[in-house]
Amino acid sequence: MDWRRFGIIALVIIILFSAVVLIGKSQNSPIVIITSMLATTIAVATPLTLGALCGIYCERAGVVNIGIEGMMLGAAFFGWLASIYMNTLFHFSLMPSVIVGVIVAVLTGGLFALLHAALSITFKVDQIISGTVINILAIGITGFLNRQMFFGSGSVFGGNVPSAPGVLPSIRIPLLADIPTFGRMFDQQPITIAALVLVFVTHYVMFYTRWGLRTRAVGEHPRAADTVGINVIRMRYANVLIGGCLAGLGGAYFTLQSVPSFQPLMTNGRGFIALAAMIFGNWSPIGAWLAALVFGAAQALQINLQFFRELIPPQLAFLQNAYVVGLAPYILTMLILTGIVGKTIPPAADGIPYEK
Amino acid sequence: MTDNNIVLEAKGITKKFPGVLANDHVDFDLRKGEIHALLGENGAGKTTLVNVLYGLYHPDSGEVTVDGNQMQLNSSRDAIKHGIGMVHQHFMLIPVFTVTENIMLGAETDHRAAPNEMPLVKLDRKEVAQKVTNLSHQYGLDVDPLATVGDLPVGVQQRVEIVKALYRDAKILILDEPTAVLTPQEAEDLFRIMHELTDKGVSIIFITHKLKEVLAVADRITVMRGGRVVGTVAPTETNEAKLASMMVGREVILTVQKKPAQPAEEVLKVEDLHVRDVRGLETVSGVSFNVRAGEVLGIAGVQGNGQTELAEALTGLRHIESGHFTLAGKDLTGKPPRPITETGLAHIPEDRQRHGLVLSYTVADNLVLCDYYQPRFSRGVVIQQNQVDVNARKLIKEYDVRTPSPFVAAGKLSGGNQQKVIVARELSRPVKLVIASQPTRGLDVGSIEYIHKEIVIMRDRGVGVLLISAELDEIMSLSDRIAVMYRGQIVATVDAKKASREQLGLWMAGVHETA
Repeated sequence: MDWRRFGIIALVIIILFSAVVLIGKSQNSPIVIITSMLATTIAVATPLTLGALCGIYCERAGVVNIGIEGMMLGAAFFGWLASIYMNTLFHFSLMPSVIVGVIVAVLTGGLFALLHAALSITFKVDQIISGTVINILAIGITGFLNRQMFFGSGSVFGGNVPSAPGVLPSIRIPLLADIPTFGRMFDQQPITIAALVLVFVTHYVMFYTRWGLRTRAVGEHPRAADTVGINVIRMRYANVLIGGCLAGLGGAYFTLQSVPSFQPLMTNGRGFIALAAMIFGNWSPIGAWLAALVFGAAQALQINLQFFRELIPPQLAFLQNAYVVGLAPYILTMLILTGIVGKTIPPAADGIPYEK
Repeated sequence: MTDNNIVLEAKGITKKFPGVLANDHVDFDLRKGEIHALLGENGAGKTTLVNVLYGLYHPDSGEVTVDGNQMQLNSSRDAIKHGIGMVHQHFMLIPVFTVTENIMLGAETDHRAAPNEMPLVKLDRKEVAQKVTNLSHQYGLDVDPLATVGDLPVGVQQRVEIVKALYRDAKILILDEPTAVLTPQEAEDLFRIMHELTDKGVSIIFITHKLKEVLAVADRITVMRGGRVVGTVAPTETNEAKLASMMVGREVILTVQKKPAQPAEEVLKVEDLHVRDVRGLETVSGVSFNVRAGEVLGIAGVQGNGQTELAEALTGLRHIESGHFTLAGKDLTGKPPRPITETGLAHIPEDRQRHGLVLSYTVADNLVLCDYYQPRFSRGVVIQQNQVDVNARKLIKEYDVRTPSPFVAAGKLSGGNQQKVIVARELSRPVKLVIASQPTRGLDVGSIEYIHKEIVIMRDRGVGVLLISAELDEIMSLSDRIAVMYRGQIVATVDAKKASREQLGLWMAGVHETA
């Protein structure tokens, strides 16, 4: 992460935050608004962060993964489904149901990743096509099962959608969460906290361990890795599977942490924004996380503006329309990827199947 | 074997690839502390043999023993365990890693290929860097453990490869065409290192097709041809001509036979040319020279000093930033390739497979790539296929292209024959200037002999030749004048008769005479 990139990230976040502060300052003190924005930013950046980490594991090992979106969508659905089964059919209480849901989501991500790995590593299918297959497959399966299980006549749940057990409760980090005003930032739900921890774990794994050195070697120059006795195929499989599990955890965010329900296509392009964050962060975990925060801030803008709808000055009336503000993350993605991303260097063997 | 000195022995190695018998019952042995050269043309099976020894290929039959123990070589990991190290022709280094990281890769906690348990073990870069420093002092291999490999010159990268093998306690070192990428000085340095290694008990298998080097450094020479061992000789009982005929299987004329040049009028004049490369860096910075009809101007230089961009600029393939050039009196600066070609330029490009031929086209079509649109071959927009065929048959015969028919895809031919197709297409036209970039790169002795002969014939016919080559021997034997390129500039121009290898080598390395 170079300073230029860091500067752009800081600048965009400052602009987004000041917009909300300027609009809302007559109702709340700036400190309160900023803290609220920060807390929301970190929370909504969770799936982006996990998706970007998924991309980092895959691409650092030399496998392009544009199927993050599909992996997250599939995980969101099956994780949610598992929690409903646990709760409604087996009568478990909230916590066990939701925890089983998260585990199923992670495994679903891993399963989709296994398909991607088999297609792109073993069968050497073009990795963009393999990723597209994952995306289409996930949309198809989740849409179909959602309709068949909940809405069709004679469906499992007999046409009435059972209420989901709920979402993961937030965890107050001791001491930090007790700080007046700022404490709110440290009162987050478990997947968000896990994502933050995983950013630094991934940084350590990639750059300070044998696993990371070998993973990067396999993504840069697989033949060189092969000649020193590293099993290229196995390293690639393992990293794609790890990535898939992370994307699965990111999927769990949607239905087990954010809202206790599933809607078709609910990941809404987050997987692709996560890819953009990974590229903007130059394939480094901390860089990708900071980039994810930019997109998170754009979403936080939309959420926080809702509190101040009446305060929006008439000349900025378009901001009252949630759809307009909701476009912000996507517009940012386009701008960042086309214009200000600058020179990024992907792993040299990214996307190239290894032939012995 | 009763000979205690033998550290590695291969018996009856046979390896088949679809359609080719790459190794046919090959026997080979290596004594402790010797340099054993493996000599042969491309496709003779040298690389296949060492890949078997290094565990990258599994032989169909035959066995390998190391220190008297028969061993199963299923992967490079096994070979490393038995103390075999290999420096590949194309380095197996990761450019974005540091020297230390490259050396420790695959052996992060253990000297030899480490087992796979504990994947999350922390890397101890400091300790490995210290070991690398120790090794480099011990063997006189100067490397900076903290440098990023991609920033290092090729010669140093090669030293990193050698240290990488030594770090794994290699007692047997395989060097695959190690001098192909080096300047003469770097090669001298490598030979010094090789002797230092053998003095310390390391045994070396040295693969090459350069005869001079073999005679200079090897203790024994094994010659291979067509997948078989032709014989093993000591350098004292042979010479270049004998080795060449062993390699090719017939008499080869190694020295280029040529009459004194009869230079006439100027055909190419280049003035203050500036060109940028793909990355936008200026790689040709103010080059001026001329080529006269009936002479060969050789441009010597280590690869990547602007020769590629110079040739591309002169053939209209690359934008010229400033300066200009005239061909046969016509200023053609900034013109596209067609008018330049029509003025009388023949171009034998550096990368024959990417820029010289359309590999998926037939030989016949490749032979008319320059003039398919002319009345000879087309009527309006329709190609006269029968004329193309007649032309192909004629050229294939004239230039001795070995192809099953004019209608096979050019990609199916061997490297030497692909080059002959290009030579036939370019030199059969009425040209005034030939630009030949690395015309014999990767070719075997027989094809080299042929290409050289054709170039001299063109010269004697009164055509100007601009020869760009990284092979100093080629430059010295063909050129009438020699210009040396270093960092985008011509640092010296000399009469070929007065040039010495040493002096040229120094210029190529960027060293100017101070005296």
